[in-house]
Amino acid sequence: MTVSKRIVLHFPRRLVDRPIVCRLVKDYNLEFNILKAFFTPEEEGLMVLEISGEQKDYDNGIRYLSKTGVRIQSLSQNVIRNEERCTHCGACITICPTGAFELEPSTRRVKFYDEKCLACGLCIKACPPRAMELHF
Amino acid sequence: MAKTIGEINEKIREGKAVVVTAEEIIDIVKQKGVKKASQEVDVVTTGTFSPMCSSGAYLNIGHSKPRMKLGGGRTCLNDVPAYTGLAAIDIYIGATALPDDDPRNRVHPGEFNYGGGHVIEELVAGKDIRLMATGYGTDCYPRKRLETWINIKDLNEAVLFNLRNAYQNYNVAVNLSDRTIYTYMGILKPGLGNANYCSAGQLSPLLNDPYYKTIGIGTKIFLGGGIGFVAWHGTQHNPNVLRSENGVPRRGAGTLSVIGDLKQMKPRWLVGASMLGYGCTITVGIGIPIPILSEEILNYTIVTDDDIFAPVVDYSGAFPQMKSDILGEVSYAQLKSGKIVIQGKEVPTASLSSYPRAVEIAEIIKEWILSEKFLLTEPVAPLPGIESGITFKPLKERPLEE
Repeated sequence: MTVSKRIVLHFPRRLVDRPIVCRLVKDYNLEFNILKAFFTPEEEGLMVLEISGEQKDYDNGIRYLSKTGVRIQSLSQNVIRNEERCTHCGACITICPTGAFELEPSTRRVKFYDEKCLACGLCIKACPPRAMELHF
Repeated sequence: MAKTIGEINEKIREGKAVVVTAEEIIDIVKQKGVKKASQEVDVVTTGTFSPMCSSGAYLNIGHSKPRMKLGGGRTCLNDVPAYTGLAAIDIYIGATALPDDDPRNRVHPGEFNYGGGHVIEELVAGKDIRLMATGYGTDCYPRKRLETWINIKDLNEAVLFNLRNAYQNYNVAVNLSDRTIYTYMGILKPGLGNANYCSAGQLSPLLNDPYYKTIGIGTKIFLGGGIGFVAWHGTQHNPNVLRSENGVPRRGAGTLSVIGDLKQMKPRWLVGASMLGYGCTITVGIGIPIPILSEEILNYTIVTDDDIFAPVVDYSGAFPQMKSDILGEVSYAQLKSGKIVIQGKEVPTASLSSYPRAVEIAEIIKEWILSEKFLLTEPVAPLPGIESGITFKPLKERPLEE
């Protein structure tokens, strides 16, 4: 069974300058797409990846990443909507490249499907009341 | 049978008034017909919740000891400058004001995370606000510096006074250029990538009273979660635009200037907003009850999104260059379907005005009236109508030197 998952990797300072994710391709037969990355020498690094491949390879790859000391989070936790601040105007709907926002026709409220969210962050500054928040 | 506002208020006091929202009235009239519905229904409530830049609040902060004249000096609230060109301790904070050290659009698009609209929201929420002022000092107002926390509950007056709100219809914004543009109508993607609109459509106050037959100066309204009043017609009020057969303007037309005690308003209905690459503003909740005085008035309130048309305007060319060209007209029903067709291309739509919040406002006024907390008012004077001859004039620039 093939899977495609989006994960967030936190690299501790000591691992920032090592080649780690490239081995997912070489040794674990996985494909990845870098959705976002922040690396500063001597500081913690962060990478958002979409990984696809066989479930068995995926599990082995994740085990390898954990062993190296990289902390792994699932992506959907990262962009969250502050329900108190959201006014359900809809400004985000056409901005999101993956269609994670949808208008519910009966109530005209904006639904946020976080499983579709890539955590690209485009909605954050596009939201007039700043209801979308990026959490690492 | 025509009713008067006095008669409707009598029914409200007796708990017998029939009040429905501008959305509900559409189906009621479909079922019962105009004649029967106009006899049965007394009030139709409307609402809108949108960014409205020409908004602000004046405050009287109380005299310090020794006294200080803020007037003619400089005063900031949470680092956002307020207008001080008034008497000693009256100041006005406008929704679009920005802190001096905000980078604005120096790195484009600027974020505009905090401005006057946010100060007003925090003030209404009861948060302490940091006031820092400098003045020049006089014999009667000797103090030259003031740094203090202020809180809305301690102010003598805190009054929301908005110069232009509740636009009767508005443009649909698109971008024909080949780069993303950042406007007060939101982010517009190149090559007709999206279309943004900003009206509650069939629920919007002035679209339910297109000729201003019931809404006038002195009309009591829902403003920012509390009670307010129509103070005047808003700036750029322009009754003389193209209208449909039902009287509804097909362009931005009438506007309202509104006023109300900020102390009884709520932050849920006055929300500071940031428009990427454009600036700060405030999202204001306004709702107006329309007394059903006659069949004619009722007929105006049954307008639906299918009957209201808005112009599609290119914000990369026609709008900034003050050209009146439009790319066509679309109905709010089309806009709310999620896509419209412009120049043969299907374009996804988004709203900057919150329809669910507009519905909520219309429901709140309904509840206020039904619980006898809100009586209707007779306007003191009408808003300028078509007969006023008012038009919206461009600036006539005259060079200072020949």
